[in-house]
Amino acid sequence: MLDLQGYGWLLLKGLQMTVLVGLCAMFMAILFGLLGAWGKFSHSRLANWAADTYTTVVRGVPELILLLLVYYGVPKLIQDGAAALGYELRLDLNPFVAGFMTIGFIYGAFCTEVLRGAFLSVPRGQMEAARAIGMSKALAFRRVQLPLAMRMALPGLGNVWMVLIKATALISLIQLDELMRNAKLAATATHQPFTFYFLASLLFLAITLVSMLVLKRAETWAKRGVRV
Amino acid sequence: MNWELIGESLPKLLAGTGVTVQLTLFSLAIGLLLAVPLALARLSHNPLLKYPTAGFVFYFRGTPLLVQLFLIYYGSGQFRDVLSDMGLWTYFRNAWFCAVLTLTLNTAAYTAEIFRGAIQAVPRGEIEAGKAFGMSGWLLFRRVTLPKAFRIALPAYGNEVVFLLQATSLVSAITVIDLTGAADLIRSKTFAVYEMYLTAAVLYLIMTYGLVYAFRLLEKRLNAYQHRSA
Repeated sequence: MLDLQGYGWLLLKGLQMTVLVGLCAMFMAILFGLLGAWGKFSHSRLANWAADTYTTVVRGVPELILLLLVYYGVPKLIQDGAAALGYELRLDLNPFVAGFMTIGFIYGAFCTEVLRGAFLSVPRGQMEAARAIGMSKALAFRRVQLPLAMRMALPGLGNVWMVLIKATALISLIQLDELMRNAKLAATATHQPFTFYFLASLLFLAITLVSMLVLKRAETWAKRGVRV
Repeated sequence: MNWELIGESLPKLLAGTGVTVQLTLFSLAIGLLLAVPLALARLSHNPLLKYPTAGFVFYFRGTPLLVQLFLIYYGSGQFRDVLSDMGLWTYFRNAWFCAVLTLTLNTAAYTAEIFRGAIQAVPRGEIEAGKAFGMSGWLLFRRVTLPKAFRIALPAYGNEVVFLLQATSLVSAITVIDLTGAADLIRSKTFAVYEMYLTAAVLYLIMTYGLVYAFRLLEKRLNAYQHRSA
């Protein structure tokens, strides 16, 4: 029988951290995605350029490079800035914050494309109707355009989530105690690397499976007002 | 920005880039060879072929590549005696071998799924036309289904190639000195954070968009028969 030598709970704690960091990253990704989509639709040349650069660069550079750049680069940038102003500063980024911000920033680029497509698929007439009954632009956006677009975006955002949750394993490389890192700790302590990495991979599979089921239900729920 | 340091480190970074390219090409080539039979097995009606391949594809697409790398490189240590007896330990001890093995299995799973979709999307009429000419079985598959499926799969396959190129950066976590590994190594010695990671990022960007451009050309060439007059 499988003997985990008391390290099973460590994996479960890691699983909890993985889900938490994944949810925070997904929230950031949707925020960045909305911002990016706004930039792509904007009439401002600068905003167009910024949004295009954002999606081009992020999709062309590996996640690991961006993660390391943020984790080691941001504190150094602040320290160098402080040094230039004559302050001595020692700063380390919290791996949780650095992790979910970076993963959120990266997958925000993918959300940008999903949301852009979703907003494009909202019929013009919906917005015109909302404006015609006297809603302000902001109110019409909030009550009409955003809910309709989110419904269209749901399958695409679901795909982003599936990729994102696997990408959170990278955060173990900057020492966040999530599933992957705890598996590594347990593997080193028990000299059973295969057992623990395999269990970790099964837990990731479990997240994928549960997400698939939840997404399916969410899509049915979101489509409840649509006639087939 | 310390430009001098970038200049000095460039040979090492370029050597790392060579390893990155090498890993990508090896895994792509073997992965592609595995993907076609896997896609066919996945579509077959024989449960002995269908379910194991479905499981393989599900596992490799549903778990993070980093876990797969650790599982094969560090995990194989748990079976050291067995692997030594089989004479395989020299391979599994080698990080480069484990990197190629993992990347190959990973890309094979993703590519098999792309091909499965593409084979299913081949228009029935083309297959019927092939049959009407008296082709059947392997000949029909080789001359009609596969070429068409490959054209259908090309855009998605191009994305997979780009993802694989970027995924190779993870091998630095199992001690292979690829582009990311080289940048990380110099960073840890010189504390030149931006210099190293930004240079690596630019090199990855060049490779990524080079690939994207190459695939666009290939698509144009292979789909040249679809003249769009509009």
